[in-house]
Amino acid sequence: MAKVFIYPATSLILSDLVARFGHKPLGAALGIRERIQTAGVDSPPLQITPEEPKRGLKYAAVEVPSGVRGRMAIYGPLLEEAEAAIIVTDADLAFGCMGCARTDELILFSLRQSGIPILELKYPANEEEGVQFVAAVKKFLDGLENGGET
Amino acid sequence: MSRKVRIAQLSCGSEYSGVQKEIYEAAESVDAEVFFPDIALADVERAVDTFGLDVRSADLKLMIARGKALVEGTVDADGVFIGTCFRCAEAAIVRNELRRYIHEHSRLPVVSYSFTERTTAGTLLTRMEALTTIARRRALLAREEQTGITMGVDSGSSTTKAVVMKDNEIVGTGWHPTTEVIKSAESVVADALEMAGLTREDIQAVGTTGYGRFLIGKHLGADLIQEELTVNSKGAVYLAGHQRGASTVIDIGGMDNKAISVLDGIPGTFTMGGICAGASGRFLEMTAKRLGVDITELGPLAMKGMGKNVPMNSYCIVFGTQSLVNALAAGSSREDVAAAACHSVAEQVFEQQLQEIDIKEPVIMVGGTSLIEGLVYAMGQLLQTEIVVPPHSQYIGAVGSALLASGFIKGE
Repeated sequence: MAKVFIYPATSLILSDLVARFGHKPLGAALGIRERIQTAGVDSPPLQITPEEPKRGLKYAAVEVPSGVRGRMAIYGPLLEEAEAAIIVTDADLAFGCMGCARTDELILFSLRQSGIPILELKYPANEEEGVQFVAAVKKFLDGLENGGET
Repeated sequence: MSRKVRIAQLSCGSEYSGVQKEIYEAAESVDAEVFFPDIALADVERAVDTFGLDVRSADLKLMIARGKALVEGTVDADGVFIGTCFRCAEAAIVRNELRRYIHEHSRLPVVSYSFTERTTAGTLLTRMEALTTIARRRALLAREEQTGITMGVDSGSSTTKAVVMKDNEIVGTGWHPTTEVIKSAESVVADALEMAGLTREDIQAVGTTGYGRFLIGKHLGADLIQEELTVNSKGAVYLAGHQRGASTVIDIGGMDNKAISVLDGIPGTFTMGGICAGASGRFLEMTAKRLGVDITELGPLAMKGMGKNVPMNSYCIVFGTQSLVNALAAGSSREDVAAAACHSVAEQVFEQQLQEIDIKEPVIMVGGTSLIEGLVYAMGQLLQTEIVVPPHSQYIGAVGSALLASGFIKGE
Protein backbone atom coordinates (compact mmCIF):
# COMPACT_ATOMS: atom_id res chain seq x y z
CA MET A 1 0.00 0.00 0.00
CA ALA A 2 1.46 3.32 -1.11
CA LYS A 3 0.78 6.75 0.32
CA VAL A 4 -0.64 8.75 -2.59
CA PHE A 5 -0.95 12.52 -2.46
CA ILE A 6 -4.05 13.71 -4.28
CA TYR A 7 -4.48 17.01 -6.05
CA PRO A 8 -6.88 18.76 -5.59
CA ALA A 9 -6.28 17.72 -2.00
CA THR A 10 -9.93 18.32 -1.09
CA SER A 11 -11.31 15.92 -3.70
CA LEU A 12 -13.43 13.28 -2.00
CA ILE A 13 -13.84 11.40 -5.30
CA LEU A 14 -10.11 11.15 -5.83
CA SER A 15 -9.57 10.22 -2.21
CA ASP A 16 -12.18 7.48 -2.54
CA LEU A 17 -10.64 6.15 -5.77
CA VAL A 18 -7.20 5.85 -4.19
CA ALA A 19 -8.64 4.06 -1.15
CA ARG A 20 -10.78 1.70 -3.28
CA PHE A 21 -7.71 0.60 -5.21
CA GLY A 22 -5.89 -0.28 -2.01
CA HIS A 23 -3.73 2.71 -1.27
CA LYS A 24 -3.68 5.45 1.35
CA PRO A 25 -4.84 8.83 0.05
CA LEU A 26 -3.03 11.88 1.42
CA GLY A 27 -5.29 14.92 1.16
CA ALA A 28 -7.01 17.71 3.02
CA ALA A 29 -9.20 15.40 5.05
CA LEU A 30 -6.14 13.76 6.56
CA GLY A 31 -4.31 17.02 7.16
CA ILE A 32 -7.31 18.65 8.77
CA ARG A 33 -8.21 15.54 10.79
CA GLU A 34 -4.81 15.61 12.43
CA ARG A 35 -5.71 18.97 13.88
CA ILE A 36 -9.27 18.20 14.87
CA GLN A 37 -8.04 15.27 16.90
CA THR A 38 -5.36 17.27 18.68
CA ALA A 39 -6.53 18.05 22.21
CA GLY A 40 -7.21 21.65 23.05
CA VAL A 41 -7.92 23.04 19.60
CA ASP A 42 -11.20 24.36 18.23
CA SER A 43 -13.35 22.58 15.73
CA PRO A 44 -12.78 23.47 12.08
CA PRO A 45 -12.20 25.93 10.59
CA LEU A 46 -10.81 27.60 13.71
CA GLN A 47 -8.35 24.88 14.55
CA ILE A 48 -5.66 26.67 12.59
CA THR A 49 -3.73 29.09 14.76
CA PRO A 50 -1.14 31.76 13.92
CA GLU A 51 1.44 29.07 14.67
CA GLU A 52 0.66 27.30 11.37
CA PRO A 53 1.96 30.08 9.11
CA LYS A 54 5.11 30.07 11.22
CA ARG A 55 5.49 26.30 10.78
CA GLY A 56 4.92 26.91 7.07
CA LEU A 57 8.23 28.79 6.98
CA LYS A 58 9.81 25.37 6.47
CA TYR A 59 8.24 25.32 2.99
CA ALA A 60 7.98 28.98 2.00
CA ALA A 61 9.95 32.12 2.84
CA VAL A 62 8.67 34.80 5.18
CA GLU A 63 7.73 37.11 2.34
CA VAL A 64 5.28 34.50 1.04
CA PRO A 65 1.73 35.43 2.16
CA SER A 66 0.63 33.95 5.50
CA GLY A 67 -2.29 32.09 3.87
CA VAL A 68 0.13 30.17 1.64
CA ARG A 69 2.39 29.32 4.58
CA GLY A 70 -0.60 28.25 6.67
CA ARG A 71 -1.73 25.89 3.91
CA MET A 72 1.81 24.57 3.49
CA ALA A 73 1.91 23.79 7.22
CA ILE A 74 -0.91 21.33 6.52
CA TYR A 75 0.11 20.00 3.11
CA GLY A 76 3.90 20.16 3.49
CA PRO A 77 4.17 17.18 5.87
CA LEU A 78 1.85 15.18 3.58
CA LEU A 79 4.05 16.01 0.58
CA GLU A 80 7.06 14.73 2.50
CA GLU A 81 5.21 11.55 3.36
CA ALA A 82 3.91 10.91 -0.16
CA GLU A 83 5.24 7.94 -2.16
CA ALA A 84 3.20 8.76 -5.26
CA ALA A 85 0.83 11.45 -6.45
CA ILE A 86 -2.17 11.92 -8.69
CA ILE A 87 -2.65 15.40 -10.08
CA VAL A 88 -5.90 16.39 -11.74
CA THR A 89 -5.69 19.65 -13.62
CA ASP A 90 -8.50 21.99 -14.73
CA ALA A 91 -10.85 20.38 -12.24
CA ASP A 92 -14.35 21.64 -11.70
CA LEU A 93 -14.80 23.48 -8.38
CA ALA A 94 -17.29 20.82 -7.30
CA PHE A 95 -14.69 18.07 -7.82
CA GLY A 96 -12.46 19.61 -5.20
CA CYS A 97 -10.55 22.82 -5.17
CA MET A 98 -7.55 24.38 -3.57
CA GLY A 99 -8.37 27.92 -2.51
CA CYS A 100 -5.12 29.60 -3.39
CA ALA A 101 -3.38 29.51 -6.77
CA ARG A 102 0.01 30.34 -5.27
CA THR A 103 -0.24 27.34 -2.92
CA ASP A 104 -1.22 25.22 -5.93
CA GLU A 105 1.92 26.25 -7.77
CA LEU A 106 4.13 25.48 -4.78
CA ILE A 107 2.51 22.09 -4.12
CA LEU A 108 2.70 21.00 -7.76
CA PHE A 109 6.31 22.15 -8.04
CA SER A 110 7.22 20.33 -4.83
CA LEU A 111 5.59 17.13 -6.10
CA ARG A 112 7.34 17.31 -9.49
CA GLN A 113 10.69 17.94 -7.78
CA SER A 114 10.28 15.05 -5.36
CA GLY A 115 10.95 12.32 -7.92
CA ILE A 116 8.00 10.16 -6.80
CA PRO A 117 5.77 8.53 -9.47
CA ILE A 118 3.13 11.04 -10.60
CA LEU A 119 0.04 10.60 -12.72
CA GLU A 120 -1.16 13.87 -14.26
CA LEU A 121 -4.64 13.84 -15.71
CA LYS A 122 -6.95 16.44 -17.15
CA TYR A 123 -10.35 16.62 -15.51
CA PRO A 124 -12.78 14.59 -17.72
CA ALA A 125 -15.26 16.62 -19.72
CA ASN A 126 -17.72 13.81 -20.56
CA GLU A 127 -18.67 10.26 -19.62
CA GLU A 128 -16.28 8.61 -22.04
CA GLU A 129 -13.37 10.65 -20.69
CA GLY A 130 -14.60 9.80 -17.19
CA VAL A 131 -14.28 6.08 -17.86
CA GLN A 132 -10.77 6.61 -19.29
CA PHE A 133 -9.94 8.76 -16.25
CA VAL A 134 -10.85 6.03 -13.76
CA ALA A 135 -9.02 3.41 -15.85
CA ALA A 136 -5.88 5.53 -15.90
CA VAL A 137 -6.03 6.01 -12.14
CA LYS A 138 -6.50 2.27 -11.61
CA LYS A 139 -3.60 1.39 -13.91
CA PHE A 140 -1.33 3.88 -12.17
CA LEU A 141 -2.24 2.67 -8.70
CA ASP A 142 -1.91 -1.01 -9.70
CA GLY A 143 1.52 -0.31 -11.05
CA LEU A 144 2.89 1.30 -7.93
CA GLU A 145 5.77 -0.68 -6.50
CA ASN A 146 4.08 -1.45 -3.19
CA GLY A 147 0.55 -1.66 -4.57
CA GLY A 148 -1.62 -4.56 -5.62
CA GLU A 149 -3.13 -5.45 -2.30
CA THR A 150 -6.67 -5.20 -3.67
CA MET B 1 -31.06 44.92 23.34
CA SER B 2 -30.14 46.14 19.88
CA ARG B 3 -29.82 43.82 16.93
CA LYS B 4 -26.30 42.68 16.19
CA VAL B 5 -24.72 44.47 13.25
CA ARG B 6 -24.12 41.98 10.46
CA ILE B 7 -20.75 42.32 8.78
CA ALA B 8 -20.20 40.30 5.62
CA GLN B 9 -16.71 38.90 5.36
CA LEU B 10 -15.14 38.62 1.93
CA SER B 11 -11.72 37.12 2.37
CA CYS B 12 -9.03 34.77 1.18
CA GLY B 13 -6.53 33.17 3.52
CA SER B 14 -7.94 34.32 6.87
CA GLU B 15 -8.46 30.79 8.16
CA TYR B 16 -5.10 29.50 6.94
CA SER B 17 -3.37 32.56 8.39
CA GLY B 18 -4.86 31.63 11.75
CA VAL B 19 -6.58 35.02 12.13
CA GLN B 20 -10.23 34.10 11.62
CA LYS B 21 -10.70 33.81 15.37
CA GLU B 22 -9.32 37.34 15.78
CA ILE B 23 -11.80 38.66 13.22
CA TYR B 24 -14.69 37.05 15.09
CA GLU B 25 -13.42 38.41 18.40
CA ALA B 26 -13.07 41.97 17.10
CA ALA B 27 -16.63 41.87 15.76
CA GLU B 28 -18.04 40.38 18.95
CA SER B 29 -16.41 43.06 21.06
CA VAL B 30 -18.47 45.73 19.25
CA ASP B 31 -21.65 43.64 19.35
CA ALA B 32 -21.45 42.69 15.69
CA GLU B 33 -21.40 39.35 13.96
CA VAL B 34 -19.26 38.39 11.03
CA PHE B 35 -20.75 36.05 8.46
CA PHE B 36 -19.83 34.62 5.08
CA PRO B 37 -22.50 35.38 2.43
CA ASP B 38 -24.13 32.12 1.46
CA ILE B 39 -24.03 31.43 -2.28
CA ALA B 40 -24.29 28.39 -4.50
CA LEU B 41 -21.14 26.90 -5.98
CA ALA B 42 -22.76 27.07 -9.41
CA ASP B 43 -22.99 30.85 -9.10
CA VAL B 44 -19.28 31.35 -8.56
CA GLU B 45 -18.06 31.03 -12.16
CA ARG B 46 -21.02 33.07 -13.46
CA ALA B 47 -20.25 35.85 -10.98
CA VAL B 48 -16.56 35.86 -11.90
CA ASP B 49 -17.41 36.00 -15.62
CA THR B 50 -19.76 38.94 -15.23
CA PHE B 51 -17.38 40.73 -12.85
CA GLY B 52 -14.71 40.37 -15.53
CA LEU B 53 -11.65 39.79 -13.35
CA ASP B 54 -10.10 36.49 -14.38
CA VAL B 55 -8.37 35.30 -11.21
CA ARG B 56 -6.93 31.84 -10.63
CA SER B 57 -7.38 31.37 -6.90
CA ALA B 58 -10.69 29.72 -6.08
CA ASP B 59 -11.11 31.61 -2.80
CA LEU B 60 -10.73 34.90 -4.65
CA LYS B 61 -13.44 33.76 -7.09
CA LEU B 62 -15.62 33.05 -4.08
CA MET B 63 -14.91 36.55 -2.74
CA ILE B 64 -16.04 38.08 -6.01
CA ALA B 65 -19.23 35.99 -6.06
CA ARG B 66 -20.02 36.97 -2.48
CA GLY B 67 -19.38 40.64 -3.24
CA LYS B 68 -21.74 40.48 -6.20
CA ALA B 69 -24.41 38.82 -4.04
CA LEU B 70 -24.19 41.75 -1.61
CA VAL B 71 -24.48 44.35 -4.35
CA GLU B 72 -27.31 42.50 -6.10
CA GLY B 73 -29.14 42.28 -2.77
CA THR B 74 -29.49 38.50 -2.62
CA VAL B 75 -27.65 38.64 0.70
CA ASP B 76 -28.29 41.32 3.35
CA ALA B 77 -25.53 42.94 5.38
CA ASP B 78 -24.90 46.14 7.33
CA GLY B 79 -21.24 46.44 6.42
CA VAL B 80 -18.46 44.65 4.57
CA PHE B 81 -15.03 43.53 5.73
CA ILE B 82 -12.65 42.63 2.91
CA GLY B 83 -9.48 40.87 3.98
CA THR B 84 -6.68 39.14 2.12
CA CYS B 85 -3.14 38.05 2.84
CA PHE B 86 -0.54 40.78 3.03
CA ARG B 87 1.91 40.57 0.09
CA CYS B 88 -0.40 38.60 -2.21
CA ALA B 89 -0.56 40.50 -5.47
CA GLU B 90 -3.50 38.61 -6.95
CA ALA B 91 -5.51 39.10 -3.77
CA ALA B 92 -4.58 42.79 -3.59
CA ILE B 93 -6.07 43.34 -7.05
CA VAL B 94 -9.29 41.57 -6.08
CA ARG B 95 -9.49 43.34 -2.71
CA ASN B 96 -9.12 46.74 -4.34
CA GLU B 97 -11.46 46.17 -7.25
CA LEU B 98 -14.12 44.52 -5.09
CA ARG B 99 -13.94 47.33 -2.57
CA ARG B 100 -14.40 49.87 -5.37
CA TYR B 101 -17.24 47.85 -6.93
CA ILE B 102 -19.19 47.63 -3.67
CA HIS B 103 -18.55 51.29 -2.88
CA GLU B 104 -19.82 52.41 -6.28
CA HIS B 105 -22.84 50.11 -6.48
CA SER B 106 -24.18 50.08 -2.93
CA ARG B 107 -24.43 52.14 0.24
CA LEU B 108 -22.64 49.51 2.30
CA PRO B 109 -19.68 50.77 4.34
CA VAL B 110 -16.54 48.83 3.45
CA VAL B 111 -13.25 48.36 5.20
CA SER B 112 -10.41 46.50 3.57
CA TYR B 113 -7.41 45.03 5.31
CA SER B 114 -4.41 42.91 4.43
CA PHE B 115 -3.49 40.65 7.31
CA THR B 116 -0.55 38.57 8.41
CA GLU B 117 -0.53 35.85 11.04
CA ARG B 118 0.30 38.61 13.52
CA THR B 119 -3.01 40.44 13.04
CA THR B 120 -4.93 40.55 16.31
CA ALA B 121 -8.46 41.42 17.38
CA GLY B 122 -7.05 44.60 18.90
CA THR B 123 -5.72 45.70 15.52
CA LEU B 124 -9.11 45.18 13.93
CA LEU B 125 -11.20 46.65 16.73
CA THR B 126 -11.36 50.28 15.58
CA ARG B 127 -12.21 49.22 12.02
CA MET B 128 -15.01 46.93 13.17
CA GLU B 129 -16.25 49.58 15.58
CA ALA B 130 -16.42 52.10 12.73
CA LEU B 131 -18.41 49.68 10.58
CA THR B 132 -20.91 49.13 13.37
CA THR B 133 -21.13 52.84 14.18
CA ILE B 134 -21.98 53.64 10.58
CA ALA B 135 -24.65 50.94 10.58
CA ARG B 136 -26.12 51.79 14.00
CA ARG B 137 -25.75 55.53 14.19
CA ARG B 138 -26.58 56.85 10.75
CA ALA B 139 -29.06 59.29 12.28
CA LEU B 140 -26.47 60.61 14.72
CA LEU B 141 -23.83 60.88 12.00
CA ALA B 142 -26.25 62.95 9.93
CA ARG B 143 -26.03 65.73 12.56
CA GLU B 144 -24.60 68.86 10.94
CA GLU B 145 -24.86 71.39 13.72
CA GLN B 146 -23.65 71.49 17.30
CA THR B 147 -26.22 72.66 19.83
CA GLY B 148 -26.08 73.52 23.53
CA ILE B 149 -22.80 73.25 25.45
CA THR B 150 -20.81 70.11 24.80
CA MET B 151 -17.27 68.91 25.19
CA GLY B 152 -15.21 66.53 23.08
CA VAL B 153 -11.99 64.87 24.27
CA ASP B 154 -9.59 63.07 21.93
CA SER B 155 -7.11 60.85 23.76
CA GLY B 156 -4.53 60.20 21.05
CA SER B 157 -1.31 58.22 21.15
CA SER B 158 0.84 61.37 21.07
CA THR B 159 -1.42 64.15 22.29
CA THR B 160 -4.67 64.64 24.14
CA LYS B 161 -7.03 67.33 22.93
CA ALA B 162 -10.24 68.83 24.32
CA VAL B 163 -12.74 71.22 22.80
CA VAL B 164 -15.72 72.98 24.38
CA MET B 165 -18.42 74.02 21.93
CA LYS B 166 -21.39 76.28 22.47
CA ASP B 167 -24.13 76.91 19.93
CA ASN B 168 -22.08 75.68 16.99
CA GLU B 169 -18.94 77.64 17.97
CA ILE B 170 -15.65 76.45 19.47
CA VAL B 171 -15.29 78.43 22.69
CA GLY B 172 -12.48 76.57 24.42
CA THR B 173 -9.57 74.32 23.51
CA GLY B 174 -6.94 72.33 25.35
CA TRP B 175 -3.89 70.45 24.08
CA HIS B 176 -1.36 68.37 26.00
CA PRO B 177 1.12 65.60 25.15
CA THR B 178 -0.31 62.25 26.26
CA THR B 179 1.58 60.98 29.26
CA GLU B 180 -0.71 59.45 31.83
CA VAL B 181 -3.97 59.06 29.93
CA ILE B 182 -6.40 60.31 32.61
CA LYS B 183 -4.12 63.06 33.92
CA SER B 184 -3.54 64.33 30.38
CA ALA B 185 -7.28 64.34 29.76
CA GLU B 186 -7.94 66.22 32.98
CA SER B 187 -5.36 68.84 32.01
CA VAL B 188 -6.85 69.51 28.58
CA VAL B 189 -10.39 69.56 29.95
CA ALA B 190 -9.35 72.13 32.58
CA ASP B 191 -7.65 74.28 29.92
CA ALA B 192 -10.62 74.13 27.55
CA LEU B 193 -13.11 74.98 30.31
CA GLU B 194 -10.96 77.87 31.53
CA MET B 195 -10.70 79.29 28.03
CA ALA B 196 -14.46 78.94 27.58
CA GLY B 197 -15.13 80.54 30.99
CA LEU B 198 -17.29 77.57 31.91
CA THR B 199 -17.31 74.88 34.57
CA ARG B 200 -17.74 71.12 34.28
CA GLU B 201 -21.34 71.50 35.45
CA ASP B 202 -22.16 73.72 32.48
CA ILE B 203 -21.36 70.89 30.05
CA GLN B 204 -24.52 69.19 28.85
CA ALA B 205 -22.91 66.26 27.06
CA VAL B 206 -19.43 64.78 26.59
CA GLY B 207 -17.99 62.73 23.76
CA THR B 208 -14.64 60.90 23.77
CA THR B 209 -12.54 59.38 21.02
CA GLY B 210 -8.98 58.20 20.32
CA TYR B 211 -6.94 55.36 21.80
CA GLY B 212 -7.87 56.23 25.37
CA ARG B 213 -11.56 56.79 24.62
CA PHE B 214 -12.88 53.98 26.81
CA LEU B 215 -10.75 54.88 29.83
CA ILE B 216 -11.38 58.62 29.74
CA GLY B 217 -14.96 58.07 28.62
CA LYS B 218 -15.61 56.14 31.80
CA HIS B 219 -13.69 58.66 33.89
CA LEU B 220 -15.58 61.64 32.48
CA GLY B 221 -18.94 59.87 32.37
CA ALA B 222 -19.12 60.44 28.62
CA ASP B 223 -22.42 60.21 26.77
CA LEU B 224 -20.67 59.13 23.58
CA ILE B 225 -17.55 56.98 23.27
CA GLN B 226 -16.71 56.50 19.63
CA GLU B 227 -13.77 55.44 17.46
CA GLU B 228 -11.88 58.08 15.56
CA LEU B 229 -12.72 57.02 12.00
CA THR B 230 -16.32 58.21 12.07
CA VAL B 231 -15.66 61.03 14.54
CA ASN B 232 -12.77 62.47 12.53
CA SER B 233 -14.73 62.21 9.27
CA LYS B 234 -17.56 64.12 10.84
CA GLY B 235 -15.25 66.69 12.40
CA ALA B 236 -13.34 67.17 9.15
CA VAL B 237 -16.33 67.88 6.90
CA TYR B 238 -17.88 70.05 9.63
CA LEU B 239 -14.79 72.24 10.03
CA ALA B 240 -14.16 72.35 6.28
CA GLY B 241 -17.78 73.42 5.67
CA HIS B 242 -18.30 70.51 3.31
CA GLN B 243 -20.87 68.34 5.03
CA ARG B 244 -22.69 67.31 1.89
CA GLY B 245 -21.30 65.37 -1.02
CA ALA B 246 -18.06 63.46 -1.44
CA SER B 247 -14.72 64.25 0.15
CA THR B 248 -11.53 62.55 1.30
CA VAL B 249 -10.13 62.85 4.80
CA ILE B 250 -6.46 62.16 5.56
CA ASP B 251 -5.25 62.07 9.15
CA ILE B 252 -1.58 61.26 9.65
CA GLY B 253 -1.38 60.53 13.34
CA GLY B 254 1.34 59.88 15.85
CA MET B 255 0.88 56.15 15.72
CA ASP B 256 -1.41 55.38 12.81
CA ASN B 257 -2.94 57.01 9.78
CA LYS B 258 -6.47 57.17 8.53
CA ALA B 259 -7.57 57.63 4.94
CA ILE B 260 -11.31 57.92 4.64
CA SER B 261 -13.55 58.29 1.64
CA VAL B 262 -16.54 60.26 2.93
CA LEU B 263 -20.02 60.81 1.52
CA ASP B 264 -22.37 63.24 3.27
CA GLY B 265 -20.22 63.13 6.38
CA ILE B 266 -20.32 59.34 6.68
CA PRO B 267 -17.31 57.14 5.86
CA GLY B 268 -17.81 54.91 2.83
CA THR B 269 -14.47 53.18 2.58
CA PHE B 270 -11.55 53.67 4.86
CA THR B 271 -8.14 52.33 5.71
CA MET B 272 -6.16 52.64 8.85
CA GLY B 273 -2.43 51.99 8.74
CA GLY B 274 -0.46 51.28 11.81
CA ILE B 275 2.40 49.05 10.79
CA CYS B 276 5.14 51.48 9.90
CA ALA B 277 6.34 54.39 12.01
CA GLY B 278 7.99 55.84 8.90
CA ALA B 279 4.54 56.86 7.69
CA SER B 280 3.54 58.57 10.91
CA GLY B 281 3.98 61.82 12.73
CA ARG B 282 6.72 60.15 14.78
CA PHE B 283 9.05 60.28 11.77
CA LEU B 284 8.61 64.04 11.58
CA GLU B 285 9.10 64.43 15.33
CA MET B 286 12.39 62.57 15.06
CA THR B 287 13.47 64.66 12.10
CA ALA B 288 12.65 67.87 13.98
CA LYS B 289 14.64 66.65 16.96
CA ARG B 290 17.64 65.79 14.78
CA LEU B 291 17.46 69.20 13.10
CA GLY B 292 17.25 70.88 16.50
CA VAL B 293 13.94 72.61 15.81
CA ASP B 294 10.54 72.40 17.41
CA ILE B 295 8.01 70.30 15.50
CA THR B 296 6.05 73.51 14.82
CA GLU B 297 9.07 74.91 12.96
CA LEU B 298 9.57 71.86 10.74
CA GLY B 299 6.79 72.78 8.27
CA PRO B 300 7.99 76.33 7.49
CA LEU B 301 11.56 75.00 7.26
CA ALA B 302 10.47 72.32 4.76
CA MET B 303 8.70 74.89 2.62
CA LYS B 304 12.04 76.58 2.01
CA GLY B 305 13.77 73.36 0.97
CA MET B 306 13.84 70.97 -1.97
CA GLY B 307 13.26 67.39 -0.90
CA LYS B 308 14.58 66.04 -4.19
CA ASN B 309 18.07 67.20 -3.24
CA VAL B 310 18.23 64.58 -0.47
CA PRO B 311 18.52 60.92 -1.49
CA MET B 312 16.23 58.82 0.73
CA ASN B 313 17.08 55.12 0.67
CA SER B 314 14.21 53.98 2.88
CA TYR B 315 10.87 55.00 4.35
CA CYS B 316 11.91 53.34 7.60
CA ILE B 317 12.03 55.52 10.71
CA VAL B 318 15.50 54.12 11.46
CA PHE B 319 17.10 53.83 8.02
CA GLY B 320 15.20 56.79 6.57
CA THR B 321 16.43 58.96 9.42
CA GLN B 322 19.91 57.62 8.72
CA SER B 323 19.58 58.88 5.14
CA LEU B 324 18.68 62.29 6.48
CA VAL B 325 21.65 62.26 8.86
CA ASN B 326 23.97 61.19 6.03
CA ALA B 327 22.60 64.01 3.87
CA LEU B 328 23.31 66.55 6.62
CA ALA B 329 26.84 65.15 6.97
CA ALA B 330 27.31 65.47 3.21
CA GLY B 331 26.39 69.13 3.34
CA SER B 332 22.65 69.17 2.60
CA SER B 333 20.77 72.11 4.02
CA ARG B 334 18.39 71.69 6.96
CA GLU B 335 15.61 73.02 4.75
CA ASP B 336 16.18 70.31 2.13
CA VAL B 337 16.30 67.62 4.81
CA ALA B 338 13.05 68.86 6.37
CA ALA B 339 11.38 68.83 2.95
CA ALA B 340 12.68 65.33 2.23
CA ALA B 341 11.26 64.05 5.53
CA CYS B 342 7.84 65.53 4.75
CA HIS B 343 7.91 64.06 1.25
CA SER B 344 8.92 60.65 2.60
CA VAL B 345 5.96 60.47 5.00
CA ALA B 346 3.50 61.80 2.41
CA GLU B 347 4.77 59.41 -0.25
CA GLN B 348 4.49 56.35 1.95
CA VAL B 349 0.93 57.24 2.96
CA PHE B 350 0.16 57.90 -0.73
CA GLU B 351 1.61 54.57 -1.87
CA GLN B 352 0.37 52.33 0.91
CA GLN B 353 -2.95 53.78 2.00
CA LEU B 354 -4.42 56.21 -0.48
CA GLN B 355 -4.42 53.46 -3.10
CA GLU B 356 -6.98 51.64 -0.97
CA ILE B 357 -9.63 54.34 -1.15
CA ASP B 358 -11.13 56.49 -3.89
CA ILE B 359 -9.73 59.99 -3.73
CA LYS B 360 -12.47 62.53 -4.25
CA GLU B 361 -12.03 66.27 -3.89
CA PRO B 362 -11.93 68.12 -1.63
CA VAL B 363 -9.07 66.36 0.12
CA ILE B 364 -9.12 67.46 3.77
CA MET B 365 -6.05 66.95 5.96
CA VAL B 366 -6.61 66.94 9.69
CA GLY B 367 -4.82 66.07 12.92
CA GLY B 368 -1.72 67.65 14.40
CA THR B 369 0.43 66.86 11.37
CA SER B 370 -1.86 68.93 9.13
CA LEU B 371 -0.23 71.97 10.75
CA ILE B 372 3.13 70.94 9.25
CA GLU B 373 2.75 72.83 6.01
CA GLY B 374 5.66 71.03 4.35
CA LEU B 375 3.76 67.76 4.76
CA VAL B 376 0.53 69.22 3.41
CA TYR B 377 2.43 70.66 0.44
CA ALA B 378 4.10 67.29 -0.26
CA MET B 379 0.74 65.50 -0.15
CA GLY B 380 -0.79 68.10 -2.47
CA GLN B 381 2.06 67.55 -4.93
CA LEU B 382 1.55 63.80 -4.88
CA LEU B 383 -2.22 64.03 -5.30
CA GLN B 384 -2.03 66.95 -7.71
CA THR B 385 -4.69 68.82 -5.83
CA GLU B 386 -4.98 71.65 -3.35
CA ILE B 387 -5.35 70.20 0.13
CA VAL B 388 -7.88 71.77 2.49
CA VAL B 389 -6.67 72.25 6.07
CA PRO B 390 -9.64 73.55 8.06
CA PRO B 391 -9.26 75.81 11.11
CA HIS B 392 -8.74 73.90 14.37
CA SER B 393 -7.73 70.88 12.28
CA GLN B 394 -5.48 69.64 15.12
CA TYR B 395 -8.58 69.31 17.32
CA ILE B 396 -10.49 67.26 14.78
CA GLY B 397 -11.40 64.31 17.00
CA ALA B 398 -12.44 66.55 19.88
CA VAL B 399 -14.58 68.72 17.57
CA GLY B 400 -16.24 65.69 16.00
CA SER B 401 -16.95 64.29 19.46
CA ALA B 402 -18.39 67.55 20.75
CA LEU B 403 -20.56 67.90 17.63
CA LEU B 404 -21.93 64.36 17.86
CA ALA B 405 -22.29 64.53 21.65
CA SER B 406 -24.88 67.28 21.26
CA GLY B 407 -27.18 64.55 19.97
CA PHE B 408 -27.19 63.22 23.54
CA ILE B 409 -28.35 66.42 25.24
CA LYS B 410 -31.56 65.74 27.06
CA GLY B 411 -34.51 66.66 24.90
CA GLU B 412 -32.47 66.39 21.68
